[in-house]
Parts: sequence; C-alpha cells; structure tokens
Amino acid sequence: MRILILLVSLVFSANVALSQSIVSDLSQNRVSITSNFDGSQIFVFGAVKSNIMPDVNAAPLDVIIEVAGPAGPVLVRKKEYKYGIWVNGEAVEVDRAPAFYSLAGTRPVREILSDEERAKYNIGLDYAVQASQAGEEYTEAVVRIRQDAGIFGTSESDVKLSEETLFTTEVDLPSNLVEGDYVASIYLVRDGKVVASSKDAITVRKAGLEAWIYNLAHDKPLIYGLLSLLVALVAGWTASTVFRLLKR
Amino acid sequence: MQVYLPIAEVSVNIFLLLGLGGLVGVLSGMFGVGGGFLMTPMLMFIGIPPAVAVATEANQIVASSFSGVLAHFKRKTVDIKMGIVLLLGGLVGAKVGVYVFKLLKEMGQVDLLITLSYVLFLGMVGSLMFIESLNAIRRSKKNEPPKRVKRHTWIHGLPFKMRFRTSNLYISAIPPFVVGILVGVLAAIMGVGGGFIMVPAMIYILGMPTKVVVGTSLFQIIFVTAFTTLEHATQNFTVDAMLALILLTGGVIGAQVGARIGVKLKAEQLRILLAIMVLAMCIKLALGLLIEPSELFSIGAGGE
Repeated sequence: MRILILLVSLVFSANVALSQSIVSDLSQNRVSITSNFDGSQIFVFGAVKSNIMPDVNAAPLDVIIEVAGPAGPVLVRKKEYKYGIWVNGEAVEVDRAPAFYSLAGTRPVREILSDEERAKYNIGLDYAVQASQAGEEYTEAVVRIRQDAGIFGTSESDVKLSEETLFTTEVDLPSNLVEGDYVASIYLVRDGKVVASSKDAITVRKAGLEAWIYNLAHDKPLIYGLLSLLVALVAGWTASTVFRLLKR
Repeated sequence: MQVYLPIAEVSVNIFLLLGLGGLVGVLSGMFGVGGGFLMTPMLMFIGIPPAVAVATEANQIVASSFSGVLAHFKRKTVDIKMGIVLLLGGLVGAKVGVYVFKLLKEMGQVDLLITLSYVLFLGMVGSLMFIESLNAIRRSKKNEPPKRVKRHTWIHGLPFKMRFRTSNLYISAIPPFVVGILVGVLAAIMGVGGGFIMVPAMIYILGMPTKVVVGTSLFQIIFVTAFTTLEHATQNFTVDAMLALILLTGGVIGAQVGARIGVKLKAEQLRILLAIMVLAMCIKLALGLLIEPSELFSIGAGGE
C-alpha cells in the first residue's frame, strides 16, 4: 500500500514537473481600514512557469483571477404588502455568501472554462452564494444587492496576459469593505480545463482609531458608552464656554 | 474627504456630515428645538443604518443639551425638582424603549418601528405647528393678545401632590412622571431629545411658566439621552462615537449661527417654515412605506 502511494505521488509530482505552474503575488497582502479609508486597489500579478516546450498547436492559455471575501450566512428579508404598508417579512437565511467577490478572466469566464470545471473549483457567483432552504429569489437578491453595492463584481475580461507568461489584473475593493481573510485564487486554463492554480491571502483589518473604537464598543460596551458620554459632555461644555468668551 | 465610521461601517464624506450637523444646528438655534427629530431621519437618508442613527443621535443630544442647560442654570431657569420627577419617568420610559428596540431589531422590524414613529410624530407635530403659527399670524394681524393658558385643569385633582417652587406649582407628581415616561420611550426609539413633545406638554398639561420650560426640559433630556446612549451602547452596540463627534462639531457652530439668524426673523414665519419642513420629511418617510419599493429584498446582519 505504501509503495502504491509512493508510486502515485511520484507519478503525480513528475506530472507537475512537466506541466505549468503559477508564480503569483499581490501588491499588498494587508488592507487596513483606517478613518480615511475610501476603498483600495489591489494588483494581482504573476507569471506562468513552464517546464515543457511550448506546443504551437496547443489551445491558447487563459487566466482566471477570483478574489473572495470571508463567507458566512446572511439573513435576507423580503418586503410584503401588509396593512396597507410595505413591511419586512420573515427572515430567510442564505447559508453562504462571501462579503466580497470579484471574478475576472482574460476572456469571459464561461467561454474559458467548462461548466464541469467551474463546478469542480467552485468558480462563479452561483457557487459562491449558496442556499439550502432559501428559494432562488433570495440568493438572486443577495447577488443583485451586493452587485449594486459594488461588493460583487464580475468584470468579464480584465486580466491581461502577455506572451502567455505574464499576467496582471487590478481588483477594486470598495469603501464598505468588511473585515476578514480574503483569498485571491489564480487559475491557469487551457482547453476548458484548469491546468494549474495558486492562492494568495489578503488580510483586511480595521486599524488605528477605527479598530480601537470598534473593539472597545464590542468588548467593553459600558466603558465605551461612558467614554462617549464624557466626550459629549466635554464637547458641550467647551462649546458653551467658547461661545460665551466670543460674545464678550 | 471620506471618513470611515467604525460602528456604522460605512464611509461618508466628512463635509456632508459637518454640513448636516451645521444645518440642523442652524435650525435648532433658529427654532429653539433640539434637532434630533430632524437629524435622525436625515442620517437615515444619507445611508447610516437607522439603528446606528438613533443611538448616535442620542449621544449627540447629550452634548447639545448640556451646552444649552449651562446657560439656563446661570439664569436660574431650571426647575430641578420638576426635572427630577420628569427624569424618573424618563428613565423608566427609556428602559422600556430600548427593550422594545432590541426586540424589534432581532425581528428585523426596527426600521419599520423607527419610520412609523417618525411618520406619526412628525405628522402630528408638523400639522399642529402649522395650524398654531397660522393662527398666530392671523392674531398678530388683528392685534389680538395671545390666548391665556388655563391654569386649573383635571390634572389638579390627582393625588401625590408636590410643591414645585421654581415653577410656582402645587400639583400631583403623576402627570410629570407620565410625561417623562412618554419622552423616554421616544428618546430610545426615535433618537430624539423629546423637547418637541415635552415643551408643549409642560406648558399646556402641567401649566408650567414658559420661562422655566426650556431649561427644565433640557435638564431632563441630558439624563434621559445619556441613559439611552449607555443602554444602546451596551445592548445594541450601535453608538458611533466618531459620527457623534463630527455631527457635534458642525452642530455647535450651526446652533450659534442659527441663534443669531433667529433673532432677526419673525417668530411666526419661522415656525411655519419649520412646520413645512417637518411635514415634508414626514411625507417622504410615509411614501417609503406606501409605495412599492424598487428593491423588495434587504440583507440583514447574518450569523450574529
């Protein structure tokens, strides 16, 4: 049995050594949400490392770059017409939706990749947003709302690939970015099949004053509340004093 | 220049916020109102989550009413005893209000609660103010003196009588306590000081002399909104200190400017202007409930 595994892995590694791989990096691995945060731009770039001689007859190489934010359940509510006004109905849970999603390819992704491969690697918004119980209209609503908010983006052909070697794309992170661990996945595609892939992590964190306020508000709410009041009282007192002095 | 608000978790233009604070400050200086009932809906219009708008506005009102009450203390126009009775009611009301707020937040209906309360109260206060100032203008044209407030009502038949020296009153503690409760609930649910309800109630129901009304209501508002801020901060985590500070800066400057403009304009015309604005806001909020929204779905906080 061990020998078998060894053999398989040998064959596998030999196979990898003969095929292509990706070397990729990001312009930044860390995004800090500070008080003047107004969105950010990340460059995803890299090169195709090839150990085999380029085959002239081979299908062209394509690159797909997916950036996904932390995924989790979201509650979706549908407004209903009740008692003459529009009110929120029951909340329905969509099991998994990323806080951010961006998909780009050298060409439209559906042209590059077969449906089976898309399913295998979970590429695309239809795989990123999943619901077991919620109806289709709810998952569609999540996609629509987040697309309108600029959180979900699927630019069709934003990846530049030169000489089938160097690739680059830029991903716009909106100002309403959510904290968490983001992953940039790069897929190398030929003949509708993924031939190589690599992943890079992006950490998005509140920083500085924003982080301090947010953490204090959630970890020590009473102290935070008292501090807010103190600030308010000092501000109120300062205002009345300053304007009294100005009036003299 | 954009500023990222840590609790609201949105990025907003800082000059828009300062301007909004300033504008509401001018209005509150001109009309002598707290401005909470103008500010909270405006914050919602620019995209601040309603729950954050309400809680943060409570924090801001602490500052503006504290700044206001200091002047009234100097002039000795605060009835502290009356203020404390109103305050006790206010704390009970605020506690109830925050609890209802929390309950409805969990049910996803807090936005509806806030909007409905606003439509109701803005509509009521706006129309009353409109009619009142129309009458006042008509009176001033005929040179009639304003109507006297009746000093003896059914209120004076209730038990638990107390003497309020500053207001020169000997009445039951029940009506001010109940007025306090009502104002407390409003403070918690709508993010307002409640002056626009309390001031008329003090004059018409309690029969307090006009000169102590504003100072006393400010006194009560400080404590009730301070309590509301603490409750929202600890139960709902919705007080955005950054937002409060920016609004405050605009607000205090605006209030001083407004007070100066207010002196130059005629009171009745000012009040009609304010009434029209309040009614316009009410209609805008009401339309949001009545017209089928273009997006029926909304995403709430998940997994929390």
